[in-house]
Amino acid sequence: MPVRVEAGVKVWQRRDRNKQLAIWGGWFAVVLLFVYCWQIISVNTTWFFVWDSPRVAADIASRMVPPRWEYIYRIWDPLWDTINIATLGTVLALFMAVPVAFLAARNTTPNAYIVRPVALFIIVSSRSINSLIWALLLVSIIGPGVFAGTIAIALRSIGFCAKLLYEAIEEIDHTQVEAIEATGASRWQIMAYGIVPQIMPAFAGITVFRWDINIRESTVLGLVGAGGIGLQLSSSLNILAWPQVTLILIAILATVLVSEWVSAKVRHAII
Amino acid sequence: MTVAAPTIGRRWRKPPLIRNANLRWGLYIGAAVYFILASYSILADVNWLRVYEGLPRGAKFVGGFFPPFPFANIIETGGFEELAAQRLIDIGDGLIESLTMTVTSTVIGIIISVPIGLGAARNIAPMPVYLFCRGIIAISRSFQEVIIAIFFVAMFGFGPFAGMLTLSFATIGFLSKLLAEDIESMDPGQAEAIRATGSRWPQWINYGVQPQVMPRLIGLSLYRLDINFRESSVVGIVGAGGIGSTLLTAFDRYEYSTAATILLIIIGIVFFAEYSSGKIRARLQ
Amino acid sequence: MLRLEGLSKRYRTGDEALKGVDLEVPKGQVMALIGPSGAGKSTLIRCINRLVEPTGGRAILDGVDVTALGSSGLRQARRRMGMIFQEYALVERLTVMENVLSGRLGYVGFWRSWFRKYPQSDIDEAFRLLDRVGLTEFCDKRADELSGGQRQRVGIARALIQNPALLLVDEPTASLDPKTSRQIMRLICELCEERDLAAIINIHDVLLAQMFVPRIVGLRVGEVVYDGPADGLSPDVLTEIYGEEDWAATIKKDPDEDKDGDGAEDSTEEHMQGLT
Repeated sequence: MPVRVEAGVKVWQRRDRNKQLAIWGGWFAVVLLFVYCWQIISVNTTWFFVWDSPRVAADIASRMVPPRWEYIYRIWDPLWDTINIATLGTVLALFMAVPVAFLAARNTTPNAYIVRPVALFIIVSSRSINSLIWALLLVSIIGPGVFAGTIAIALRSIGFCAKLLYEAIEEIDHTQVEAIEATGASRWQIMAYGIVPQIMPAFAGITVFRWDINIRESTVLGLVGAGGIGLQLSSSLNILAWPQVTLILIAILATVLVSEWVSAKVRHAII
Repeated sequence: MTVAAPTIGRRWRKPPLIRNANLRWGLYIGAAVYFILASYSILADVNWLRVYEGLPRGAKFVGGFFPPFPFANIIETGGFEELAAQRLIDIGDGLIESLTMTVTSTVIGIIISVPIGLGAARNIAPMPVYLFCRGIIAISRSFQEVIIAIFFVAMFGFGPFAGMLTLSFATIGFLSKLLAEDIESMDPGQAEAIRATGSRWPQWINYGVQPQVMPRLIGLSLYRLDINFRESSVVGIVGAGGIGSTLLTAFDRYEYSTAATILLIIIGIVFFAEYSSGKIRARLQ
Repeated sequence: MLRLEGLSKRYRTGDEALKGVDLEVPKGQVMALIGPSGAGKSTLIRCINRLVEPTGGRAILDGVDVTALGSSGLRQARRRMGMIFQEYALVERLTVMENVLSGRLGYVGFWRSWFRKYPQSDIDEAFRLLDRVGLTEFCDKRADELSGGQRQRVGIARALIQNPALLLVDEPTASLDPKTSRQIMRLICELCEERDLAAIINIHDVLLAQMFVPRIVGLRVGEVVYDGPADGLSPDVLTEIYGEEDWAATIKKDPDEDKDGDGAEDSTEEHMQGLT
């Protein structure tokens, strides 16, 4: 108990001694872990470059301005590709995520012992692996290009969308489903009238949310050859054409801000 | 309705989602046209021959999972080759680097994002501070980690230091934004009551704000730890250290069994991290 | 002891919540502030400790003009004014003891409060107050585990540990059932008497006000329209404050006659307005 009586006086402490010690111990462990990790990183770091970095940063910054505005005619195409990768990737992902979500949700899965774990495994593996790595893999298998990027985005998004969607399905109000069941509706009718209307707002929200993230992700897929504006970025970086890099970064920033604005508007309209 | 319509023979249709017919059809047609154009521009670009040629490689990659590489090597050769041992050491090194990057960047990120998150909450920060902090958040969130990593690698050289900074920077954007939103939606009554006792500003934060946002902050930090590990696997692609560089080498050499092993390890760690952070969060509530 | 001179508040939206209120509260006097929703009751007491910044006039506490103070002077002045809230406003994730001790924040330094190392004299006082409001064994419970009445007792202890000269009480009973409401009002009035405290109690329940409080001030759209003894509340006066209604039942003299929680509603709106 945090309250003790010492010499007739009630003494109060926030926590009793053991708990307090455990908390200090926990903090100590975190600090120790941090120092250990820091040491590993520090061994693998060339400190000369780090100390030199302000000069390098100033140098890069001075080369980056002014942006090379003429270059903009060369990036409309890749920007269009970038948006297509994100949009079509999201749509493809949804086609696969919806069934996976229904198989993974506790209240709609046909079999909780075999089907559900498989669906959950699909979700976890899709989510664990970054779209850039999916792109790396696909470029290596089916060759570079926009197609690989689209598939990569789709593969990464399945897990994300399916996870959020199955959580939404698990949270639906069961009485509404019961009411539809009570009318003698078939399995698919129950789905259409009892479940789908309840998860529709969540579904739309998830779609727009993921689309927004995918725009951001698809800007870098080109770095591994999977199409989009990243391709231009990496070639400009390779030839150290910093003014072009600046312009590409501005274009990316603008695209991301617009997509964020659009998704905020759409989500607002849904809710 | 002013005029009572007859109940028999009156037609009913589900009202459309968008009332304005012009807008509705405009949106439908616009979306259809966009999808046709976009699909065309993607599909026209595909080199189907290359895809066809790639299929065996895809099969090889999938085959790489069954069984994963060290075991496959033992089965194939009946022993353990030196080359295989070297691969295993490479994977181990990459993993350790990724994990250390994850821990340090999360810790650094949290320490910096708390003050920025406070500054980005409209209800407790003055306007100039608010705009400044929101600006940092916007920059951090707009650029994908890899782009930031390119710049940090250019500045600090190859290696995990650049990766750590990248992930810290990304953590700031993520945590500060969510922390600020949490602070903005806190119960103003509790904070007001602490202010009414004549507390100083830091005391007010400590008693009136912190208890309200702490559980969520811890939950988000754990979540970010998980994200940082996942991201640490990609910053290596541009030379910022971690398991990503090992993975890139494996793909470049078409060593699909090694790649499959690394992916399995990543999935395993992410799964474990998610499971345990879920447990911790449940206990904190 | 407390003197308000032409205190006024105009919100940025243009609403005039207070139109030059003049009021004097001597030491040890308990005063009830009644009036309809939106009359400016919440705004008035929040203008005194400047949780809401007044736009005109002065509030003078023990000869010090609170409205003219800088931030550190304001903190000193706030220590002298304990505040009790309608929705209790306890920090829900802190323990009862931490909530009570938070009343000492104006007196202790930052690190002491951060590590919860309060002077033993504060702890003694906290235990004494918890004992007085009957919550000693709850001291390590988290505030959100308590019932409404218990929470309000903690709120009272938090206000009193500030060692205030004045209590500002904002609708203490609006979220409570009728029985608990009476107990809380009785507790507040007893404590004021024990400690010779002045108090301004916002309350919309006229019966409850009459039952416990000797002096009543009626507020209507930001102006004082009645200031006098509790038994001076005639139907005419009530009409003046609240508007036309049959007041016969409200001014019954016998306090123990049937009264089942009339109107715990429509005070939130005004509370919210006070916060903006």
